Amino acid sequence: MSKGHTVDRIVASIARRRARETRLKWAGFMAVAVTLALLALLLGSIVALGWRAFQQTYLALDVYFDPQVIAPDGRLDEESLRQADYESLVRQALRELFPQVEGRTQQRMLYRLVSSGGADYLSHMVLADPRLIGTRQRVWLPASSDVDMFAKGQTGAQRAASLQPWIDHLLAQGRIEKRFNKTFFTAGDSREPELAGILGALSGSFYTIGLTLLLSFPLGVAAAVYLEEFAPKKNFWVDLIEVNINNLAAVPSIVFGLLGLAVFLNAFALPRSTPLVGALVLTLMTLPTIIITSRVSLQAVPPWIREAALGVGASKMQMVLHHVLPLALPGMLTGAIIGTARALGETAPLLMIGMVAFIVDIPRGLLDPATVLPVQIYLWADSAERGFVERAAAAILVLLVFMLLMNALAIFLRRHFERRW
Amino acid sequence: MPNPPSTPAELSLPATQAVLESAARDRLDQLPAAIGDYTVPEPRLTCRGVNVFYGEKQAIFNVNLDIGQREVIALIGPSGCGKSTFLRCLNRMNDTIEGCRVEGEIKLDGVDIYHDGLDPVILRARVGMVFQKPNPFPKSIYDNVAYGPRIHGLARNRTELDEIVEDSLRKAGLWEEVKDRLDQPGTGLSGGQQQRLCIARAIAVNPEVLLMDEPCSALDPIATATIEQLIDELRTQYSIVIVTHNMQQAARVSQRTAYFHLGRLIEIGPTAKIFTNPRHPLTEDYITGRFG
Repeated sequence: MSKGHTVDRIVASIARRRARETRLKWAGFMAVAVTLALLALLLGSIVALGWRAFQQTYLALDVYFDPQVIAPDGRLDEESLRQADYESLVRQALRELFPQVEGRTQQRMLYRLVSSGGADYLSHMVLADPRLIGTRQRVWLPASSDVDMFAKGQTGAQRAASLQPWIDHLLAQGRIEKRFNKTFFTAGDSREPELAGILGALSGSFYTIGLTLLLSFPLGVAAAVYLEEFAPKKNFWVDLIEVNINNLAAVPSIVFGLLGLAVFLNAFALPRSTPLVGALVLTLMTLPTIIITSRVSLQAVPPWIREAALGVGASKMQMVLHHVLPLALPGMLTGAIIGTARALGETAPLLMIGMVAFIVDIPRGLLDPATVLPVQIYLWADSAERGFVERAAAAILVLLVFMLLMNALAIFLRRHFERRW
Repeated sequence: MPNPPSTPAELSLPATQAVLESAARDRLDQLPAAIGDYTVPEPRLTCRGVNVFYGEKQAIFNVNLDIGQREVIALIGPSGCGKSTFLRCLNRMNDTIEGCRVEGEIKLDGVDIYHDGLDPVILRARVGMVFQKPNPFPKSIYDNVAYGPRIHGLARNRTELDEIVEDSLRKAGLWEEVKDRLDQPGTGLSGGQQQRLCIARAIAVNPEVLLMDEPCSALDPIATATIEQLIDELRTQYSIVIVTHNMQQAARVSQRTAYFHLGRLIEIGPTAKIFTNPRHPLTEDYITGRFG
């Protein structure tokens, strides 16, 4: 075989190799492009639907704080002020605005312009400042969901269509305004979309996830340290535990929910629907993940660190605590936070332990009934009213921001604790 | 005694090695125990009938060896001859290896380190170790040296600890180079400096014996020369057992040399004698460079 001949073959094969390389590069590039496009589509549709929920329509009414209605018997203590019939003040103001509306049916339609939360709003005003009684004030009250939808261009609703002449009249007078929806971030769940907020679910998630992290991280790290550093190798029981942990990581989450229902609720009789039980269930679910990632981080600590520590006479515990654990901690934290972020998005196991209930009050502790963000999204997305659908999308945005923050924290912690060796 | 068979061209490499090994083993089995006097007056460490097994495989066969006070003893031999394994028996570093079993008796000042319930932690404080690859902790230079004294409670206060750190770094010949940057990471030093830092860390707990497992194999010639000079100085205070692949190094730093082959101690004697007048043919083959 002549030399020239060999070179020719290599040149020919290089052209083939180059072509293959280019194809592989493009295939990878296309895969990334498709992924990004799908992600953009998903986020785009959620944002397009959800951003509307961050705005709420308000109506301006001239409310006369009628002393006859608020304090018919002249008592001005807090209790009687709280129990006064503010609803009729709103109705009175609406009737004054549209004097031509007559008949019970028509009037009832008219009252539907303003959210049923409007009365609460007036009650808060009066309690904050009783001197308002007897005066006439222009008050901005949240519009009902129908009006809100109409103002946002969702004309599909039948009921809204019949309200149209009144809305046009209000628009002409400059009595309709879209404002930032503070209620969405300060209120709990409600039957009325315009009064429903995310704070209940958000604090439920906060308590649940916080306790999950608090329980699962120390347990997971301790288990990983034992299995990796102290447990005998090639032991039947250790192997059995290892196989089971790996299998548990792949168990569908609803199974953990059923386990929680059977054990925590039925056997231990812990209170239903509480962050405590939710956190226990999610801890069971995240533990395998944390144990596995922690063991991988422990294995990644170079063996000569251990030898160096033992060589100067450190006991095994000192070797682990002083040298191995600090080096493995960044990886463990990352694993724990990513595991917990997954738990944050978990719905199924929490449905089984009753965190799916309709809860208006904002939970103040681990033993208050609560729901969590993903369950709240599920509940709202399941509702027929348009107002809830856009709130579900807004809640998804809040959940995504929460998750982004957690992942950012994971990256920050890893960078912060990472040491070069 | 015939030389090892010359390599037949048609044999693959592992097959050739197998032939060589079995030939060497045949010769070993015909020979008596180690040539040379393995005892010393007033030994620090005495090893008698040491066998080491990795699972089923025996790595060390019936080794008898004394390590005297204030001497440097070099362990030499071809790769895989068990010299590092033997070294790691002396501070029970082999305990960390799963399936490793040590038989026989190894006594430190008359106390059996394997059978008399001696805590490995105490043993390792008395028998320090320097490893092949410089392995400072990813901590500051100060903390590297102070770690041993801290965990063993050797310093009552910060001043004493400062003294120990300075003293150890001076003994390791590193003080002048690092005294202004004790808070800098130890991993930021050069390879030779890192190895001297590791020596300082080992002597900070004031051990009686210092084990060195090929301490210069990852270093350049200049750093090697510095470490060799340091070993010579440390000899005045410690017993030093050094494993080395470099025969010139063994000749330069040690007073006695032990030659290992396939897990057996073949020959032991004063370094000068081993290198100028080896009595065992295997030793001669090795130091004249016929294999290894």
